[in-house]
Amino acid sequence: METLGVLLTVPMDPYLEEELDRRYNLFRLWEAPLESRRDFLFTHAGSIRALVGNTNAGADAETIDALPRLEIVSTFSVGLDKIDLDKCLERGIRVTNTPDVLTDDVADLAIGLAIAVMRRIPQVDRFVRDGSWKTKGDYKLTTKLSGKTVGIIGLGRIGMAIAKRAEAFGCPIIYHSRSEKPDTNYKYYSNVLDLAANCQVLIVACSLTTETRHIVNRKIMDALGPKGVLINIGRGLHVDEPELVKSLVEGRLGGAGIDVFEHEPHVPEELFGLDNVVLVPHVGSDTMETCRAMADLVLQNLEAHFSSKPLLTPVL
Amino acid sequence: MAGDEPQSPDLPPLLLLRKPIAFLLSSLSTRFHLLKPWESPLPLPAFLSAHATTVQALLITGLAPVTAVILDSLPSLGCIVTTSVGVDHIDLLECARRGVAVANAGSVFSDDAADYAVGLLIDVLRRISAADGYLRQGLWTLAGDFPLGSKLSGKRIGIIGLGSIGSRVAKRLEAFSCTISYNSLTMKPSVPYKFYPNVCDLASNNDALIVCCALTSKTHHIINKEVLSALGKQGIIINIGRGALVDEEELIKCLMNGDIKGAGLDVFKNEPLVPKELFSMKNVVLSSHSAVNTEENILDLYQLIIANFEAFFSGTPLISPVSA
Repeated sequence: METLGVLLTVPMDPYLEEELDRRYNLFRLWEAPLESRRDFLFTHAGSIRALVGNTNAGADAETIDALPRLEIVSTFSVGLDKIDLDKCLERGIRVTNTPDVLTDDVADLAIGLAIAVMRRIPQVDRFVRDGSWKTKGDYKLTTKLSGKTVGIIGLGRIGMAIAKRAEAFGCPIIYHSRSEKPDTNYKYYSNVLDLAANCQVLIVACSLTTETRHIVNRKIMDALGPKGVLINIGRGLHVDEPELVKSLVEGRLGGAGIDVFEHEPHVPEELFGLDNVVLVPHVGSDTMETCRAMADLVLQNLEAHFSSKPLLTPVL
Repeated sequence: MAGDEPQSPDLPPLLLLRKPIAFLLSSLSTRFHLLKPWESPLPLPAFLSAHATTVQALLITGLAPVTAVILDSLPSLGCIVTTSVGVDHIDLLECARRGVAVANAGSVFSDDAADYAVGLLIDVLRRISAADGYLRQGLWTLAGDFPLGSKLSGKRIGIIGLGSIGSRVAKRLEAFSCTISYNSLTMKPSVPYKFYPNVCDLASNNDALIVCCALTSKTHHIINKEVLSALGKQGIIINIGRGALVDEEELIKCLMNGDIKGAGLDVFKNEPLVPKELFSMKNVVLSSHSAVNTEENILDLYQLIIANFEAFFSGTPLISPVSA
């Protein structure tokens, strides 16, 4: 269907881009310089019926307004925070995301970050590579993970997958969620402050909404304390980033493993000199296997929509 | 410093060969009259002849070797406790010949070692250390997204040595939906994992191998050229055992040629010397024999040391004995 226009907001996956280009009339938003984006959209609005976005660039109100023929937004992510869902609802635009296929990868990374920061794996790797093992002797003692209490904010698919893994390390699991989950034995905390005060490893695994913005603030980090470790695999905005930097630099927070930041790809440079943090560039679902599965899900959702079949993973 | 205080001669003498960490030194001083060769101007053999001929108890820290020559200088020795799990630095046959009982760290370190093995595996597959370095060098803003890693969940993992550490590695990886199989000296009928009597077969049927076994004459170079070839281009090796369990030269060749995918190495043939070819590789994670070095272990270890020596001095069985 050559006239079926699909807008891709940013480069996100070569295979996905190739397939979209093959199947549809693909418009690459980033090819238009920033100042002429509006014109670009206006020029092609007549044929754009689908938008594929991700965690960097989704479908905000302005973009949706510029595309009167938009029928479906298919995001290459499970997070929906970059999509104006109210606007989509108002316009009757369908929305799909990529749940389940990335759950394992994100949970694996959460545990990997916890071990990496508590055992200083990247720091020890650098210590060996720069010859310090020869000249300075063994790296200092680090902190055990097994048996530590893990507190999870958000016990959805990803939160549950993290809990299952942490349990295998002998970690007692406690959690906070919008509502208590009846089918688990984990201890529920109705507020995040108490959760943070009662665990040694606090993992952010909830979705980003107006309620969960800065759900980890200075008070929470102080409650977690100088022996506590924060792991964020959610969204940068879940954590008050300037406060995070301060609490780490001042030693009020023991350590952090962070995959997401407020203004990606910018990361506060004060973190670069710390040895009690592990920083990774939003790689939660960045494996070849999972990106392929996510891309296929986006493609299958679009195909279903355009052949009037039920969507596979609809949000709206 | 506690270690310098005058010690009561009524406390039983305990010989150490190397200076231990401060906590152990001060705590042991409260229980034993410590013989500290590192404080003496005499070379070790002379020190032992002069001061240690009646010593019955020896604490080995820092993997200091116990050879037949050292044992010859300690005619009254009855018990050696080592702060490690591995005992390849101790001539067990010679100890057995002389009726010297040996105890190790038992399973005090097993959880930490297992955590570390899993941590190294996730790091190699998901490139955590490499990504951390990338970010700190400012490359996320300059060079864009970091290359993709590989998924861990659901992979097939082969464990070499299903003892106290290996079984804990298995338990952890099961929670990642990994399929576990193993090679061990003997098959363990009570475990649910598939046993491969041949390490090459284990390698060809798995996506990663985790080496957790003890170093003995039988397991020297258990990971050799054939095994690495069977593991293949997508394979990962994690070694938290001993450097000599792996043919290090062969491993480096395979990594350089892309014949295996990556490695996480905590131990090396000639620690602390690490082959410099590894330093520029992005698909390896290197570590300074740190798999068990956590603060939490030290207290547990100390209590186990005391318990073993107390058992020895009271003529009861050691708590964590090792046999030849």
